[in-house]
Amino acid sequence: MSTAIAEIHETPAESGVNYLNVTYGIKSWLLTLDHKRIGLLYLGSITLMFFVGGMAAVLMRLHLVEPQGALFEPETYNKMFSTHGIIMVFFFLVPSIPATLGNFLIPLMIGARDVAFPKLNLMSWYLYITGAAFALFATLSGGVDTGWTFYPPYSSTYSQTHVVVVALGVFIAGFSSILTGLNFIVTIHKMRAPGMTWFRLPLFIWAMYATSLIFVLGTPVIAITLFLLGMERILHVGIFDPAVGGDPLLFQHLFWFYSHPAVYIMILPGMGVISELITAFSRKKIFGYAFVAFSSLSIAIISFIVWGHHMFVTGQSVYAGLVFSVLSFLVAIPSAVKVFNWTATLYKGSISYEAPMLYALGFIGLFTIGGLTGLFLAALATDVHLNGTYFIVAHFHYVMVGGAVMAYMGGLHFWWPKITGRLYPDLWARIAAAIIFIGFNLTFFPQFMLGYMGMPRRYAIYPAEFQVLNVMSSAGASILGVGYIIPLIYFMWSMRYGPPAGPNPWGAKGLEWTTQSPPLTENFETIPIVTEDAYNYASEAAHG
Amino acid sequence: MGFLQSGLDSLPVLAAMMQFKPPAASSVANSVDQLYLMLTGITIFFSVLIFSIIFYFMLKYRRKTPGESGTATHTPMILELTWTIIPSLICVVLFVWSSSLYVRNGRPPAASTEIFVIGKQWMWHLQHPEGPREINELHVPVGVPVKLTMTSQDVIHDFYIPAFRVKKDVLPGRYSQIWFEPTETGTFHLFCAQYCGTNHSEMIGWVYVMSPTDYTTWLAGGEKTESMAEQGERLFSQFGCGSCHSADATGRAPSLAGIYGKPEKTQNGETRIVDETLIRQAILVPNSVHLPNYQPIMPTYQGQIDEEQMSQLIAYVKSLGSEERMNGK
Repeated sequence: MSTAIAEIHETPAESGVNYLNVTYGIKSWLLTLDHKRIGLLYLGSITLMFFVGGMAAVLMRLHLVEPQGALFEPETYNKMFSTHGIIMVFFFLVPSIPATLGNFLIPLMIGARDVAFPKLNLMSWYLYITGAAFALFATLSGGVDTGWTFYPPYSSTYSQTHVVVVALGVFIAGFSSILTGLNFIVTIHKMRAPGMTWFRLPLFIWAMYATSLIFVLGTPVIAITLFLLGMERILHVGIFDPAVGGDPLLFQHLFWFYSHPAVYIMILPGMGVISELITAFSRKKIFGYAFVAFSSLSIAIISFIVWGHHMFVTGQSVYAGLVFSVLSFLVAIPSAVKVFNWTATLYKGSISYEAPMLYALGFIGLFTIGGLTGLFLAALATDVHLNGTYFIVAHFHYVMVGGAVMAYMGGLHFWWPKITGRLYPDLWARIAAAIIFIGFNLTFFPQFMLGYMGMPRRYAIYPAEFQVLNVMSSAGASILGVGYIIPLIYFMWSMRYGPPAGPNPWGAKGLEWTTQSPPLTENFETIPIVTEDAYNYASEAAHG
Repeated sequence: MGFLQSGLDSLPVLAAMMQFKPPAASSVANSVDQLYLMLTGITIFFSVLIFSIIFYFMLKYRRKTPGESGTATHTPMILELTWTIIPSLICVVLFVWSSSLYVRNGRPPAASTEIFVIGKQWMWHLQHPEGPREINELHVPVGVPVKLTMTSQDVIHDFYIPAFRVKKDVLPGRYSQIWFEPTETGTFHLFCAQYCGTNHSEMIGWVYVMSPTDYTTWLAGGEKTESMAEQGERLFSQFGCGSCHSADATGRAPSLAGIYGKPEKTQNGETRIVDETLIRQAILVPNSVHLPNYQPIMPTYQGQIDEEQMSQLIAYVKSLGSEERMNGK
């Protein structure tokens, strides 16, 4: 069956025309309406942001090798962690999988020629670039020192740094999220190929759909909140600062009403990627398709009603604390269901261990730890002690880096042959995956211990008793840094020198693997007609 | 069940983890540690369980020939329900445990010594009821419950003593409270745990827990000062508060005797307990909370009273007799 598909597409592949070489020149990229090229524009820009944010992280960890701080004045350190947080959250993690892989894959996976609104899609990228330019400009011209959380009255009244410029950058980039979410929702509703029913959709599409809902419903809230912050900072309208009649906790409620769901904007697409990788490298249908699909939607919904767990020690009422605590425990359940179903998918599979699968297995391990340590923070009594310490830092890096970034890397390795039409050296990729896994754990596991010992986060200098664990963490960060540079090198190498990949190098299911690599601008010669469920590997075995 | 055994094998790891904890020096510290230990145990058990199963499958079902595919398995509903319901039950137990501990630990005993704390960039000001002031240091006797009433002069801070397992944000414009009862003498870290600007990491200090006799000596050792209530009383007359708020009721303003802790109905119909935050609001923005039986004639004291004076005035009002709220509940 797979050979039949390859034969059909032999002709265009031989003619050599694809979305990458159909036109040339900088203008053909900057004015492109092709979702695949827009995905690549995002890939380039978020990779730049990732390395800027990563550089800040490495410098911070180097600084913390000594209790008195090895490199910077506290003022500079504060700007460093603020830049790291703002860039990584708003300009890397939020757009990472949706804007690159989502843009590239959604039309291919559902059998469409493009997204519903190609011009809006290009505009989203320009909005993102404009927002990112504001953030980078602020960083280069003196920085911002409020942390990524922008808590007033510090941010609105006391900070002497470029708060408004950065807030404006995040505000503008927010519209990119909203428009991308809207575009994806309409695309998934209206542009599925004949026969591609909702329950035949790949789970990546379900995850992107849930993510898009959060984009559309949540992002306006952060935009409004930062707008109000700007109003207070520039015009002294009393909204958040009690000195001018405001309420500082109002900001935190509004901020976390977006920013907690935003955590799921970052992890849900990763979960979608993992469902694709586990099935492809086990050559087996996903275990519990409906449970995995609906757990994405329930996470998206519950994520909107747990924001108060960021505020257990702010003095919110005991009753509010209890309600937010029980809801936060509840949001753990659908994530657990996903982990169990991925594990069960391996059962009786035919498992191979190319680089994408290593990332997927790494994801499950690290996300399991990240998720379980979340229980410590949903539990009121332990949260009181752990809130604001390194335990929090460790927990969310296990979810955001161990989870979201591992999934992003896994996805990038999995679909790279489709995106570029070329293979990368799998051995190097496996080595890099192992280095990233080791470096990550060495960086962040000691931080759980630091947190319970009581070391607060965002400290430029710290008591000497915390030094050993800090040095371990810093050592891990340099290993992690190396681990991220290796893929950059071999991916660039493979674009020119990688051997041709062919339409389906992994023997994977899914419409994107039925077309040539790299695909045509129109994605498919003729729109496919879907006659089977997703991940239908067994039927292939039955046919021999 | 081999997987279960591998989960239990993690117990030594658990013991090792517990080396990394701060001293447990308050009456609630051990109860928090027990919950932490339980959570750590659950984390290790489930991680090891899942990792073991994955490794087992990875070895057993590795691809033997390149063309091979997996064997389709159906999804038994009973399995899906099991791994939904068991984690849910564990979560319910954890929620009940942690919440009851939180509610119990959060309630200060009736007879607590009350110390006022003011956070400002980047230091902690503390004042004992007997009058002595401290900066970035807190001296307390062992075995006596201490209640801290805290506010901030500028941005949001957070008062955190890891050894006592207590932490609370300190906000401008309102008062928050924590309490603790130290159970052993010694010197313990005091941290600001909410990022508050340039020298946030230097907004730290020490808590000295002393034996009761040492504490008495320490209190008497400093410069002789008035108590906070006495200082407040002096401010009360200095600002002319007594001309209206005196006990011999001129009728222009309510007497303040016994008003602390009482529910009062304000002119906009809302019933509020007279607490520190309300007294503060009544002094700074009087018309927002004035009582319906009186004319709104009190002038604002915004900008004339600093945070330290405010805490002394509050200490004075409280000294006029109170219905301690916590007694009633």
